Amino acid sequence: MKLPLSWLRDYVDIDLPPGEFAKRVTDAIAEVEGWEVIGEHWDPELVRVAEVLAVDPHPNADRLVLATVNVGEGPRTVVCGAPNVAAGQKIAFATEGAMLVDGHTGKLSRLKLRAIRGVDSAGMVLSEKELGLSDDHEGILVLPQDCAIGAPLVEAIGDVVFDVSTWANRADLLGILGFAREVAAITGQPLREPDRSYSQSDRRADEFVSVTIEAPDLCRRFTASIIEGIELRPSPPWMQQRLMRAGMRPINNVVDVTNYVMLETGQPLHAFDYDLVRGAEIRPRRARPGETLTTLDDVERELDPDMLMICDGDGPVAVAGIMGGGNSEVSESTSTVLLEVANFHPGSIRRTSTQLRLRSEASLRFEKGIGPDLAPYAQERALHLLELVASGRPAAGLVDSFPTPLPSPRITLPAARIEQVLGIVIDSAEVRRILSALGFDVTESRDVFEVTPPFWRPDVALPDDIIEELIRVHGYEKLPTTVLRGALPEAQPRPLERVREQVRSHAAGLGFHEVISYTLTSGEVLSRVVAPDDEDRAKPVAAANPVASQHTYLRTSLRGSLLATYAANRHHEDAAMRLFEVGVEYLPTEADLPHERPVLCAVLGGQRLERWERPGPERLDFFDAKGAVEALLDDLGVEGAFTPEEEYALLAGHTAAISVGEEAVGVVAQVHPDVAASFDIEEPVFLVELWFEPLTRALPERPDYAPPSRYPEARRDLALLVPAATPASALLEVIRSHRARGVSISADVFDEYRGEGVPAGQKSLALALRFQAGDRTLGEKDVVRIEQGLLRRLEQDLGATLRA
Amino acid sequence: MSTTEAEVDSLRAEALEALARAGNEAEQEAWRANWLGRKDGRLTLRLRGLKDAAPEQRAALGKSLNQLKTTLEYELEARRESARADALAALSADAALDVSLPGRPQSLGRLHPVTQTMNDCIDAFAEMGFRVFEGPEVEWSRYNFDAVRIPDDHPARDMWDTIWIDTLIEGERQLLLRTHTSPNQIRVMEQSEPPVRVIVPGKCYRQEATDATHEWMLTQIEGLAVDEGVRMSDLKGTLYAFARRIFGGDRQIIFHHSYFPFVEPGVEMAIDCFICRADGSDCRTCQGTGWIEILGAGMVHPEIIENAGYDSSKYTGFAFGVGIERVAMLRWGIEDIRHFYQNDLRFLRQF
Ligand SMILES: [Zn+2]
Repeated sequence: MKLPLSWLRDYVDIDLPPGEFAKRVTDAIAEVEGWEVIGEHWDPELVRVAEVLAVDPHPNADRLVLATVNVGEGPRTVVCGAPNVAAGQKIAFATEGAMLVDGHTGKLSRLKLRAIRGVDSAGMVLSEKELGLSDDHEGILVLPQDCAIGAPLVEAIGDVVFDVSTWANRADLLGILGFAREVAAITGQPLREPDRSYSQSDRRADEFVSVTIEAPDLCRRFTASIIEGIELRPSPPWMQQRLMRAGMRPINNVVDVTNYVMLETGQPLHAFDYDLVRGAEIRPRRARPGETLTTLDDVERELDPDMLMICDGDGPVAVAGIMGGGNSEVSESTSTVLLEVANFHPGSIRRTSTQLRLRSEASLRFEKGIGPDLAPYAQERALHLLELVASGRPAAGLVDSFPTPLPSPRITLPAARIEQVLGIVIDSAEVRRILSALGFDVTESRDVFEVTPPFWRPDVALPDDIIEELIRVHGYEKLPTTVLRGALPEAQPRPLERVREQVRSHAAGLGFHEVISYTLTSGEVLSRVVAPDDEDRAKPVAAANPVASQHTYLRTSLRGSLLATYAANRHHEDAAMRLFEVGVEYLPTEADLPHERPVLCAVLGGQRLERWERPGPERLDFFDAKGAVEALLDDLGVEGAFTPEEEYALLAGHTAAISVGEEAVGVVAQVHPDVAASFDIEEPVFLVELWFEPLTRALPERPDYAPPSRYPEARRDLALLVPAATPASALLEVIRSHRARGVSISADVFDEYRGEGVPAGQKSLALALRFQAGDRTLGEKDVVRIEQGLLRRLEQDLGATLRA
Repeated sequence: MSTTEAEVDSLRAEALEALARAGNEAEQEAWRANWLGRKDGRLTLRLRGLKDAAPEQRAALGKSLNQLKTTLEYELEARRESARADALAALSADAALDVSLPGRPQSLGRLHPVTQTMNDCIDAFAEMGFRVFEGPEVEWSRYNFDAVRIPDDHPARDMWDTIWIDTLIEGERQLLLRTHTSPNQIRVMEQSEPPVRVIVPGKCYRQEATDATHEWMLTQIEGLAVDEGVRMSDLKGTLYAFARRIFGGDRQIIFHHSYFPFVEPGVEMAIDCFICRADGSDCRTCQGTGWIEILGAGMVHPEIIENAGYDSSKYTGFAFGVGIERVAMLRWGIEDIRHFYQNDLRFLRQF
């Protein structure tokens, strides 16, 4: 909200520079987001207050006039083109050399006087635009009458307007008076409350109108006053200026008074034309089904029975707390005003304004919760001002319907609680000083404070609420920094997270770049990577109000995100790319939170870098992807098994399911070229997915361990012919399981060959065998014997023969 | 046949001259074999022939030949040494590398800057005994809002613009994308007894237009400590240690008043601006205030303590929430939050 310093100073003396003031306010009250200095460029000597003595026609121009002004040094004549200049006005007057905003270019420049249509001008009568106050260049700025002739303008109307963000529970801070009270508390200055005195006529308000609250749960209090003899006209310049500085548009003196008092106190008010209120009665009640009201903004509103309406004898005249109806609006024919100042249920106002999509200055205040006793206070202040600026004659008394006044809460705050919560002692004199300054009633006996919050602070209900009041005014800088004491909680083992983080950092170590993608995607992108019959994934959870349509569905697969990222980077990356993401698949469940299934998804492809960081002829392939999986699993102390698999969007014959022990833990594959192409990837691209839940289950509690042998191992290389469809893993499995009297045999495949020299339907696999005994060095004879036994076994089981 | 002293002199001259011509390692080796070879080196043969020399000359000649052998061995070693030195000098001079040429490319990946920052934050709090807990991203409205004292129709809901899940449960929208990690305060306390000391990292979501400082998907760490004797000064001490660990050992922190429905008192923490060090300049990072707001925090609201089944007169607690992207932006001077989830490798490679 906008907080003009000049207005604030009505209630409390402030002599801090703006920066210092902003810091003090931010520390203890509410966040100052910035401020604007009004009159920064107004030279005190060159821009001053003057009075218009006379206005005469210009001898040579119809549209111009000659104004005689007094700036305290005798009459001077200036040429003026503004239609609204008139004798008796106080105006802003500039002489040669003043820095002004140029009316045409909008830039700051120095005033140079010249004759206009043959008449010399002694200076310039200024518009708001020339002063940098607004873009209004139609007429001149008319100053409040109490501005002293000859005074520097910056002293008369210069200002600092702070932009303050207040809290969702503090309606009082949406009133400048509420703010002033806080400032008084933090600076130790006294608070001056606004004048609420007014005269009352012989007739009583309750002779004009009756108030019957039919929905006391929604309308806690309703006060009405009557003001006769209203002369509707623009409000005086000082009031208009303040409203504008606070960000509101002046309308007429009656509406302006309601807005002024709202800005001042935080209590919204509403003025009805009394003569348009039918039946001389007001009935706050729930709307009836099908009822409508055309509000002041000329929109017909459909109402429902949860909405509170202000009704007269015939029907709705206002949506309570939000906006008045056009049918009872104050207009030029208004002579008697019915002024409503009420208190409504905050939640109801918020619900109604949300449903009507109508947030007003009033609803923003009501929804935060206003103390019901602020209503008569605001009435009195408004009556004072209506008498002052609209020549109104208030009827005697208020019509005040307040069905169930609540007693002020008394809050018991043991002094020990302050120390328990804050870690410091605030001495009792300071406690009383702070709370009194904020308007709280406080008594103390035997180290216990009994505190009653003031009526404008319904947000304070608990002892800890009071502790907050104390420490923010006392100053957070007085809190020391201490260390948590006491026992540490027991550690909960979180194996999945441990595995996930280990895989994440190892994947980066293997050359993969981690990406983090938006977790909401489009149905179209998902459908490219998810099989239509995949029950877990084809019907993703949707957002009701996504930020954009391409972010509608919670992804049930990370593959689309990774492929899209790969494609986007391909525009500027020439060489091989390796990307991975660790995230969750959001799998729908019946009437419960989705299952957030943690996975790693990686994609890779492109030309391997050569010596000079140039992409070479060799591309990453399936075995790069598989090698990465093997390294990740090896890092976890397990070995994976890879078996052919067919899966949607992956290329058959180039896809392997990964398992560890009994658990299926993922997949490694070439992405189907058609699917890759749908992401604009025109090269072979490979994908790895690891599923952390089964992977964690598959991990042994401790990795296998055997001490290194003291004896050297024997090595033999051999080439075997096997049927082409026999996977290498079958050979390795036989070799691993072969037992030969305490000799362990391990093997690696180091070549696969088909073609010349190998019979059709067969392939040659080259194996590096290692023989190791735990108790002796193996001799040549031992090795030959074991090898022959192994070859017989391989021939029996797999039809493998030694390649000649 | 016998050898005279003159012969020894001429042998020496011949051998040394040949050695001088032996420029490389192979020639030196050949020279060694020719003169000092164990089987048929010329000098070896001479020494072996001593037994045939005249007895009166044998002693003197033996001495001369052995001196010659020592000399040749010494000269060979010296020759080899100088050749090695010459070769090394040539390696350093003629074969000097252009060290500005690029290294042979290695495949190197990196963790996302948000992950790196998250890990650093987790480490900072782990040092102070905080354990990691994780909760769901799709959350019940009652955890995200009601349980942390943000009932329906409360204006505080405006602080978190929400992306709702369109699934109806019992005819109502009850699921949403969590707007903050704070519902995990409730989840943690439901599952455990004091003492509680946890941090909860994770993604959060806001129904919000993006710009340089706003992103609809964001990453937070929630912190929660509840026990007998947890004081607001402990909150300040914990965050002070965190700030110094992440932003530098000379950081100062301040608290200022703030409002979050789930804490009382509520504060925001700011650190002194390490960019301008409050030199009064027109600093982009702190807007010239000298302070950078980092996070929201406060003492856990006593109603939340009570709702967890703890006695709020006995147990107190603090909570805080840190935006990881903001921390990352400050650490590296990243100007636009939208870089994080665009995943441009030219961005990601820099961290
Ligand atoms: Zn700065």
